[in-house]
Amino acid sequence: MFRYIIRRLIAGVITLLVVTLVTFGIFFMVPKLTGTDPALLYTGKQTDKVAIEGARKKMGLDKPVIEQYGLFVKGLVVGRDYDDGPDKTHCPAPCFGYSFKNQFNVWQRMLSDLPVTASLAVGAAVIWLILGVGAGIISALRKGRAIDRAVMTGALAGVSLPIYFTGLLSASIFVYTLNWLPSPGYSPFLQNPLTWAQGLILPWITLAFLFAATYARLTRATMLETLSEDYIRTARAKGLRERTVIGKHALRSTLTPITTVFGLDLGALLGGAVLTETVFNLNGLGKDAVLAISTSDLPVILGVTMFAAFFIVLANLIVDVLYGVIDPRVRLA
Amino acid sequence: MTTDNTVRTSPGPTLAGPPPPGSDVFLRINDLRIQFKTDDGIVKAVDGLSFGLGRGKTLGIVGESGSGKSVTSLGILGLHRGRGRNADVTGEIWLDGEELISTPQERVRQLRGQKMAMIFQDPLTSMHPYYSIGTQIVEAYRVHNAVSKKVARRRAIEMLGRVGIPRPERRVDDYPHEFSGGMRQRAMIAMALVCNPELLIADEPTTALDVTVQAQILDLIRDLQGEFGSAVIIITHDLGVVAELADDILVMYGGKCVEYGPADELFWRPEHPYTWGLLSSMPRVDRDVRDRLVPIKGSPPSLINLPRGCAFHPRCPYSERDGIPCRSVVPELAGEQQHLVACHLPAAQRRRIFSDDIAPAL
Repeated sequence: MFRYIIRRLIAGVITLLVVTLVTFGIFFMVPKLTGTDPALLYTGKQTDKVAIEGARKKMGLDKPVIEQYGLFVKGLVVGRDYDDGPDKTHCPAPCFGYSFKNQFNVWQRMLSDLPVTASLAVGAAVIWLILGVGAGIISALRKGRAIDRAVMTGALAGVSLPIYFTGLLSASIFVYTLNWLPSPGYSPFLQNPLTWAQGLILPWITLAFLFAATYARLTRATMLETLSEDYIRTARAKGLRERTVIGKHALRSTLTPITTVFGLDLGALLGGAVLTETVFNLNGLGKDAVLAISTSDLPVILGVTMFAAFFIVLANLIVDVLYGVIDPRVRLA
Repeated sequence: MTTDNTVRTSPGPTLAGPPPPGSDVFLRINDLRIQFKTDDGIVKAVDGLSFGLGRGKTLGIVGESGSGKSVTSLGILGLHRGRGRNADVTGEIWLDGEELISTPQERVRQLRGQKMAMIFQDPLTSMHPYYSIGTQIVEAYRVHNAVSKKVARRRAIEMLGRVGIPRPERRVDDYPHEFSGGMRQRAMIAMALVCNPELLIADEPTTALDVTVQAQILDLIRDLQGEFGSAVIIITHDLGVVAELADDILVMYGGKCVEYGPADELFWRPEHPYTWGLLSSMPRVDRDVRDRLVPIKGSPPSLINLPRGCAFHPRCPYSERDGIPCRSVVPELAGEQQHLVACHLPAAQRRRIFSDDIAPAL
């Protein structure tokens, strides 16, 4: 098991390295090929040649491509210095550089915005897991009945309605018409857990609705398949109570594929829930990404992408390890 | 199909099979009918089945796939009942003086695993892959016995040892996938017998196993039956399996019993053309290798649309002889003494055909 985890960790680092290569290529080389100069993006359009050349030199854009990539990776691992002429700016590891537009340190910004995204993702995940899996199980056990149809119709609505519709609609009802909730926003959990929850409840529900729909359908399908397994018949033949048959034997098998999907979904969301953050004006990683893309802020785009990739690789690793815990047949392999 | 509901195809409670009717019979099935409603129509999986089984006795139920054998066994355990299982079960199942079809489900659940237990066909898919063998046996024991996990675990180890698993105290924590096929079936048997059931139903217990292991498993079932005194029902499509084990044999075709009697009678003096077909298509060690096996022509009938009259007539080489109404009238299960046959051919003619045409080729 230990060796397996080490092997997977090494594979994960290699994956991330490939991701740096690809994203670096896309974000720094493609503008060059299309005739846009990254140095120009940094300085803005209304600047003189001296300033552009200065920027080029400072960012190392005058160096060969390979060396630029080397500097970037070195920055991630040990930090890097930007030569600002007379004085130098030291960017400590992991260095994703500075925003072209606002000069902030990308890593610091991501760290400070992560709690927003993490609060949103984890809160929503709890809600969608309970709702989605619960609804899926009920639906499977009452297959073909009214409640099954109601759940599946709800699920269809969930996967079909976009977040900017459900989000704005629910905000207009619960915040602006009924005044039940304060307007959505983020406040740190440690400051006041109640305001934290109140500000996030609508984003949670909106995001959870979308995911709960998928989970309800997945749970229902897996549960129905599991219920027709021979070992479920054996469990009944042993004289086990129906709630043990369903709640223990059937549920354990049903949860396996859900664990896989859940890990990956949560990993992806930690990299930023773009639509939800934008709709509810939460300053998380997703919003950073949107802003950066609309202003061609290359270091921020690169940083957010790397961060998201990191979470997905990590989630994958955790899911794989967890899989061995759930399914004893995987342990040997 | 219109005559189906009116013509009785099996003897009622008064006209019973070999073990005489009465309270002394441990298991007594009367006119059992199990139907499933599907989108294509009503599947008459079991259509008027009656038989009896005494304590310590063995009944072999033989038939092709889809003849209703497994549905019968699941019906006895009450596994067709409950929400979402759209089965319609009628008739009577008397187990030790208790009628199970009219009994509340909760009571049947208590009997399940304790008084009646089942061994399934495929031991790999019939055990939960995520729980260890020991956990699953412990669970089966503790649901019916209020004992600690420790006591139940000791019992599980004892049972595993009893069914011939070496070093049971170590293997008890293994998972099903770490057992070989034969070992898994032994573990299944251990699990079925952990509560000392008085009725054991083995549904094709050897089908998924290779031949050498088959014999071991059958020996094991026989030994354990002798030890625990259980009544055993062995369900199989292989006459060879029941030949040595069974006291009585019941041959099923299209959800009905077509021949029923003591094992010796059925082997040496079978009277139904379908039973002849089963015997002729069975390989035997004492048979000349140059002889070819004779398959039964055609395939089993759909249980939604059974052929009119005798369900076997489209495949029967003797149907419609001398104006016998095989195609229109369902034959009654009838016969002398304990040997019952559902066939329109006159008994004398059946015996002559068997001794002249069938027996020499076997």
